[in-house]
Amino acid sequence: MKALRILRRSIRDSFKSIFRNFSLSMASILCTTITLILVAISLFLSYNVRQITKTLEHELTIVVYLSPETTEKQKIEIENDLKTMENVSEYKIKSKEEWKAEMKKENETLDTTLEYLTENPLLDSIIVTVDEVRNLHETTEKLKKYDFVESAEYGEGMVENILGVFDTISIGTMSIVIALVLVTAFLISNTIKLTILSRKTQIEIKRLVGASNIAIKLPFIFEGFILGIFGSIIPVLLSIYGYTILFNETGGYVFTRIITLVNPFPFVFQVSIILVIIGSIVGMIGSWLSVRKHLKI
Amino acid sequence: MKLIKVEHAYKIYKNGTTAVADLSVSIDKGEFVFVIGSTGSGKSTFIKMLYREEKPTNGSVIVGGIDVAKLRNSKVYKLRRKLGVVFQDYKLLPKLTVYENVAFALETLGLPNNEIRPKVLKAIDAVGLKEKTRNLPNQLSGGEQQRVAIARAIVNEPKLLICDEPTGNLDPETSKEIMAILDKINQESETTIIMATHDKELVNKMKKRVLVIEDGVLVSDTKKGSYKVHESIKNPKKKYS
Repeated sequence: MKALRILRRSIRDSFKSIFRNFSLSMASILCTTITLILVAISLFLSYNVRQITKTLEHELTIVVYLSPETTEKQKIEIENDLKTMENVSEYKIKSKEEWKAEMKKENETLDTTLEYLTENPLLDSIIVTVDEVRNLHETTEKLKKYDFVESAEYGEGMVENILGVFDTISIGTMSIVIALVLVTAFLISNTIKLTILSRKTQIEIKRLVGASNIAIKLPFIFEGFILGIFGSIIPVLLSIYGYTILFNETGGYVFTRIITLVNPFPFVFQVSIILVIIGSIVGMIGSWLSVRKHLKI
Repeated sequence: MKLIKVEHAYKIYKNGTTAVADLSVSIDKGEFVFVIGSTGSGKSTFIKMLYREEKPTNGSVIVGGIDVAKLRNSKVYKLRRKLGVVFQDYKLLPKLTVYENVAFALETLGLPNNEIRPKVLKAIDAVGLKEKTRNLPNQLSGGEQQRVAIARAIVNEPKLLICDEPTGNLDPETSKEIMAILDKINQESETTIIMATHDKELVNKMKKRVLVIEDGVLVSDTKKGSYKVHESIKNPKKKYS
């Protein structure tokens, strides 16, 4: 009961302090708002990059061309191997006839040229989809080792470049998120330091009348928590409405139909929860640190 | 029954200044003791050691059974709950009323509201400010503000009331009123009072026990004493290691 009363009074005191030191509180809330907006942007970017990488991973395949001399037995052999091969998620046989039909459909010149040829010059092939796109090269090399495999291709160079760019964006955005979280903690901690200075007498009296350290610290910790929550209101609203509008305006695609954005629901709510948690926890930690520093007896 | 027992207490600051040296004294429950000495004599440091604002460097300071020298920072509140402290500058919260200032102490300790109210009104009544419970500190005179500070210090019914020059900012007439209140608290509730002061007239008039501290050393301890300046003691500090 006593602990509950102290808790209730601490919450009351923190609200009082926020309104009494209104300009300081506003400064802190604004700083939190700005940093959390940047955190939100970084989160949206990072999640979408991850989504695009995943989509591309599905699109990236190895095309294994079999030499014209390949026997049926050899085809069965490679098929059986592919069923158990590491990193292979699925495969599809694409015969030279299918290739021919596809090429004829795509290009008129090719269509006429291929018509003139009595024999199909193309090769039978197997289209292999992999589990982990980062191991694409190793899997391709394994497939190249078969004698009857003419060639195995996956778009070397380009894939590595794309993955490199995505990796950089991912690491960059996560670093920005971490840096911004630290900046928020620093800003909230500074504001609390100022409020502590303005409430020096109050803290002194509390100490003199025998308030325990935790009873002195609690109102400040709640203050940080509340400032963090207030600071996350605008970023949360911007995330929910801003991202949904962006998604609807673009139709959920960037540049091509292959690159899709993450669906806004429940994604925006997940981001909002992350923002509120970052704001409140960072607020509490920020104030706890500054109170601890200022309350040493 | 001993409430305070100080034995060979020393306080040496980090810069090497010795504020209190080999001080030993015992104070019984219910006593009224003046601590006098010139500015920088160490009387304030002695007073601060009693409520653990300062930690003795050597020796023991036992207050209400608690050894102040061994008390960890996180446990200081246990000592503070047993005593009340009054300062020269009142230390009131300017935005709180008289009632709220006194209640603040009990609220901080987590007492329920139905217990806080009678205690606060009793303390305010004891200092004669019943009519001004709703006033803010800036609507009160210096003497009245000090009375609020006393009410706040006694609201938790402490065994010990420490007063650090409580009349330092007040005129002689108001000082007398404050002393009358403190004397009444001492007589009626048997609260031990230790008061540091410069006020020669008050000390002489009250005829209470007087401790004289000069250059950090207790140079005189007299029952029903008076304000004396011990000029004969040139360098009372003892050498120690």
